[in-house]
Amino acid sequence: MAIELNEDSRFQEVVPPLLPKEVMEEANRCYYCYDAPCIKACPTGINIPVFIRQIATGDLDSSARTILDANILGATCARICPTEALCEGGCVRKEDSRPVSIGRLQRVATDHAMTTSVPALPPLPVSVGGCGRVSIVGAGPAGLGAAAILCRMGYQVDIYEEKGEGGGLDTYGIVSYREPIPVSLWEVNLVKNMGAKFHFGVHVGHDLEWNALRSQSDAVIVAVGLGRVPRLGIPGEDFQGVWDALNLVEATKTQPLDTIILGDRVVVIGAGNTAVDAATCANRLGAKEVTILYRRGQAAMPAYEYEYVFAKQDGVNYRWWTVPVEILGHGHVEALRCMRTRVVEGEATGRQASLELIPNSEFIMPVDAVIRAIGQAKPKNFWEIIGAQTKNNRVVVDPETLETSIPGVYAIGDCLARPGEATVVGAVADGKQAAWAIHRQLVKVV
Amino acid sequence: MADLSVNFAGIKSPNPFWLASGPLTNTGYQVSKAFDEGWGGAVWKTVGEPVINVSSRLASIDYGERRMMGLNNIELISDRSVEDNLKEIAEVKRRFPHHAVIVSMMFESNPKLWSDMVKQVEDTGADGIELNFGCPHGMSERGMGSVIGQVPEYAEQITRYAAEGSSIPVIVKLTPNVTDVRMPGRAAVSGGAHALSLINTINSVMGVDIDSWMPIPQVDGRGSHGGYCGPAVKPIALHMVSSLYNDRRIRVPICGIGGIETWRDVVEFMLLGSQAVQVCTAAMHYGFRMVRDLTEGLNDYLNRRGIAKVSEIVGGAANRVGDWNDLRLSYSFQVVARIHEEKCIGCNLCYIACEDGAHQCIDRIPGQKNPVVREEDCVGCNLCSLVCPVPDCIEMVPVDHGVRETWRQRQERLSSLS
Repeated sequence: MAIELNEDSRFQEVVPPLLPKEVMEEANRCYYCYDAPCIKACPTGINIPVFIRQIATGDLDSSARTILDANILGATCARICPTEALCEGGCVRKEDSRPVSIGRLQRVATDHAMTTSVPALPPLPVSVGGCGRVSIVGAGPAGLGAAAILCRMGYQVDIYEEKGEGGGLDTYGIVSYREPIPVSLWEVNLVKNMGAKFHFGVHVGHDLEWNALRSQSDAVIVAVGLGRVPRLGIPGEDFQGVWDALNLVEATKTQPLDTIILGDRVVVIGAGNTAVDAATCANRLGAKEVTILYRRGQAAMPAYEYEYVFAKQDGVNYRWWTVPVEILGHGHVEALRCMRTRVVEGEATGRQASLELIPNSEFIMPVDAVIRAIGQAKPKNFWEIIGAQTKNNRVVVDPETLETSIPGVYAIGDCLARPGEATVVGAVADGKQAAWAIHRQLVKVV
Repeated sequence: MADLSVNFAGIKSPNPFWLASGPLTNTGYQVSKAFDEGWGGAVWKTVGEPVINVSSRLASIDYGERRMMGLNNIELISDRSVEDNLKEIAEVKRRFPHHAVIVSMMFESNPKLWSDMVKQVEDTGADGIELNFGCPHGMSERGMGSVIGQVPEYAEQITRYAAEGSSIPVIVKLTPNVTDVRMPGRAAVSGGAHALSLINTINSVMGVDIDSWMPIPQVDGRGSHGGYCGPAVKPIALHMVSSLYNDRRIRVPICGIGGIETWRDVVEFMLLGSQAVQVCTAAMHYGFRMVRDLTEGLNDYLNRRGIAKVSEIVGGAANRVGDWNDLRLSYSFQVVARIHEEKCIGCNLCYIACEDGAHQCIDRIPGQKNPVVREEDCVGCNLCSLVCPVPDCIEMVPVDHGVRETWRQRQERLSSLS
């Protein structure tokens, strides 16, 4: 579906840019640490003290260059990185004051690049330039991260993408009040301008045979991400008014907002970051009462603390220790039958603990829409099609090179389905890692 | 309450805080307002043959987010007539009989002119005269200001012109734009100066606008050197104050000037020998109200230390500043850096400073947040403790090697051996 840039004030970016004075104050708070912990805490290794110093000295061109050299999706990451768990979590100033607002400073530099001019990136430290053809399946963050490095090395890069635009979840899956769509599309354009050839609307396996792709490429990178939200597996799931959270977010970015009808009472199942996205979207679309149901307690909630705070500020209710057992209605959702849960006695605590339903705890919530936000399906079919070895439904890769069991085929990004948080910055880091591994391999072959 | 009053070369003042001669003491309105707000004295903006000024006049250098770390001025002496100034001085003095009013003067090198003008100033009831031998810009091109202060013979001569007929104390304000400030200081004392004040401003070019390539400040596309002042000049002033105070040939009171902004600065100037201080840039920056911090801070400081009178601290640290030759050599005494691991935040600024800018004696330990000093190799330069952003994280621990020897003593010992 085509991108829909809406002007609705409720869907405009929530976090404002720093004011010029705030920029200088914040930049000057950086101690310019040597071998700084923030750099190590960034999966893409952005030289943070340097880019902040370049802001402080008024050289925004260089600052943007420093960022984009390490992370071509620096503008996205400036907005949606879980900075408190990454760079800002490493900042030494959390010990004597509060961390430097690295993310917001990064946005200053990348906004500058977006609104004025894109800095030329420095040559990569390669002794022999790249020569060959690399195909990438998926134009999301991981694919773009790999493509940028490969293009800079001199490879011919073709990117195949099912959707009509690049950027993956940045374009289709991140709520636009966190990251406006033009930011993501600008980044896709950066990679396009580096020489990568994008083939949109191409579903590898259908429109283009996998073997054909392989035979035309010296290396192939699979960066297909994860699938849709799995089904709940309860009766009534096919009623109208039952949503996949990612589909809902995508709808807010691809269709006029007034065509998305949720109703007054909305329930979101799951308490991760995507659940917060769905709940806050529902709120912005006019729902009067938005409730997040989670089968565990608050302590086990997978969402980042700031996402939880964001949801609470939006007026979202949380019901802990609750699972839906049946969706009631007549063709359309009317109510949700729920039960309370508890940890099986003697079991471990946290997200691993086994749960049991509390007998006779059933209750019914009248609702107009139910949104599933319980994670994303793994792309196991794809691995079967291409014949890559898997383990526990996860593709097996060499941890150093990210090469799959098929020589010359690499897997990066969310589709690796590694336990823990899938992040844009992690996907870009994967892309860089695979790009360098391919280069080392192809240079050897030549 | 500690007694903050001072008697400076016979000039009595309710406290040691005087406004320095400058744009902030240009009128009776300003000086009266300053006294109302708590200043103990003021040195009137230099009177002389009225000048015509230029525009613009001031420029500053910022550091990080702090404005005006240093200020540069190309404004000249008073552009108002001598008569107007003297009339207002007399009015202020009538209204504030117990405050110190000092009149800064600058005239051509004509003895008759000087004695006439001194008489006229005395008639206002002013408490003292300050001879401006310091301004490095503009007036110096006309044979006045710093060109007098830079030549001891001239300084002595003009001081004599003014002091000979004066019944009120004459303070000579010295320029720092010399190689050894003791020479003009001694000359002024020989000429009859009752006191010295310093420093006047330092010659400077403030900067260049890198977009327009215009000097800063500029007057329609041209700039000139001007007088530099503000917090950045304080160390230069402290050195000069202490070198005069410690000079046996200079036994007159000293009024300290140069970058004073807080009560802490005042204490430092007094400990190195200032009986009173003058403030200009800070009061231009924040207004006369800033004297409150000076007054309350100094009073509390003295109370905390059980000191009854502010004059008791004057020169208290001056005898500790002297020749390098009298410092114990490092085989006799040294300090070594010690990093307190529980305070370290892991910025590694000490490591890289020592590695690149000092003596390569800090090691990083893999897997450990805090770097460690190889104490046997540490020369005790202080650099690591200066760059460390955490207070008291890097301690400089004294190590006494027993033998007491300075360079002077070493040279004596060696020559006695030969």
